[in-house]
Amino acid sequence: MATTSKPSVSSIFPITVILLAVVVAWYGLTVYLNAPGAIERVLDALSPWTWQDLVNATLNMQRPVLPAPHQVAADLWTSLVDWPLDSPRNLLYHVAVTGESTLVGFAMGTALGLVLSICIVHSRTLDRALLPWVVASQSVPVLAIAPIVLVILGSMGFSGVAPKAVIAMYLCFFPVTVAMVQGLRSPQVIETEMMHTYAASRWQALWMLRLPAALPFLFPALRVGIAAGLVGAMVAELPTGAQAGLGARLLTGSYYGQTIQIWSALVMSALLGLTLTGIVATIETLVLGNRRQA
Amino acid sequence: MTQSPLLSQASTVPAVQVTQASLIYNPLQAPVHALADIDLSIAPGEFVSLIGPSGCGKTTLLRVIADLEHITSGSVLVNGVSPHEARLARAYGYVFQAPALFPWRTVLGNVKLPLQIQGRSSAECDAIARQHIERVGLSGFETKYPWQLSGGMQQRASIARALSFEPRILMMDEPFGALDEITRDRLNEQLQQLWQRERRTVVFVTHSIAEAVYLSTRIVVMSPRPGRIVRVIESTLPDERHLGLRDSPEFVALAHAVREALADGHDE
Repeated sequence: MATTSKPSVSSIFPITVILLAVVVAWYGLTVYLNAPGAIERVLDALSPWTWQDLVNATLNMQRPVLPAPHQVAADLWTSLVDWPLDSPRNLLYHVAVTGESTLVGFAMGTALGLVLSICIVHSRTLDRALLPWVVASQSVPVLAIAPIVLVILGSMGFSGVAPKAVIAMYLCFFPVTVAMVQGLRSPQVIETEMMHTYAASRWQALWMLRLPAALPFLFPALRVGIAAGLVGAMVAELPTGAQAGLGARLLTGSYYGQTIQIWSALVMSALLGLTLTGIVATIETLVLGNRRQA
Repeated sequence: MTQSPLLSQASTVPAVQVTQASLIYNPLQAPVHALADIDLSIAPGEFVSLIGPSGCGKTTLLRVIADLEHITSGSVLVNGVSPHEARLARAYGYVFQAPALFPWRTVLGNVKLPLQIQGRSSAECDAIARQHIERVGLSGFETKYPWQLSGGMQQRASIARALSFEPRILMMDEPFGALDEITRDRLNEQLQQLWQRERRTVVFVTHSIAEAVYLSTRIVVMSPRPGRIVRVIESTLPDERHLGLRDSPEFVALAHAVREALADGHDE
């Protein structure tokens, strides 16, 4: 059940090679994509210009089409170091806002998924009645649902975290429900009959057999769910004209052509997503560490 | 101490009383007579083996007694009550063909499972489970997980689990069928000693003649299509047995009688 293997030299090397290749390609692309703008806005002023001038200009533009990696890194650094944590200029402030709605939505989605799957597994009627709706719910694009949810919850007086968490929950509960229905049904006949011979109640069978048997199904779903929840939380920040959050940061960045700001927010959201799934994976290793399938 | 009146009462009531029991699968389209007119009475303290070829209904009969299947006609009483009531009263422990240990529980955790289901206190569960682990010779393995044990040790843990709440009846469905012969011999010997010490009623399903003769006080020979009892053979062996007994003329004669009965059932 080891999902995260320890990085060794042999696994770091290929990753480093790919990283270097990506950085080189990124710089190449930066020069290529920014060249027309650079020529028009910067280089035409000083009429004879060299290749060095061009490269120099494309890599250090105010509003590049594609910012260079060092520009994004510098922007991230100043944002994290030069501003206090509670300032909207500090990206960690936005990470906290988005992270909060993601985690609340993830908790709600996981709880909803657990309740739904337990109902579905214990009742044939609910199995037939609920499961098709659970599946159908995911064919409605979240971008279409988000504004509606925000408007309705807003009119009911919910603002701030709650509406965003609801949309994160909408994306989270589905993988949890589907995996848990499968997991709760995973015990073999012999295990179920054994509980029966001990005159175990339904709840005891659920608590002592079905839930522990379902855990190996639950954790992969949680990893998918928390990443999906982050998408939901960020999508929910777009239509509100929200003041804070990584989604809002992306939106204002694109309004004002602040491409560097967009990229910094993108990098931060990627890091947030990696951290969240990493935490779930760590808990998985701790919980399932001493299990091994025969 | 509260058990002694129960035991004296039990000696008058048969542990298992099967009367004219039949079980027909799929009665409307293509009826299969899994069990036909079974009559069998097992007294408390007996070790009864059900033996026969595949499809003779030996496992089905055990499952009927354990309330895992239901007869279509006739009656089955366990300790004088229906199998359903007996199951709810935790009258029996059942050992399956596979150990069916939960991979997320240690040996100790697995053995105390039935006690936890009965809602006993954590300390009591622990103490009783440890005692039963010792009785099947698994002391020192309490904190091991099932995958860390050999097949024979896993099955011993599952026997400890079935006995943990001191049921008066132990039902075993080919418990050693999946084990190699050397391990099976050793476990047979240990099971014999266990029965010797505690004199619980045991109903034991097997397809091994040697196993049935070595362990049982009575051997019920069954035959398929329809599943029925062809002969009941009383053991003439002394209660106290050791593996060397298997070369004695008495043992060989009993094994021969069982083989004959199996052949008779086949020819009919």
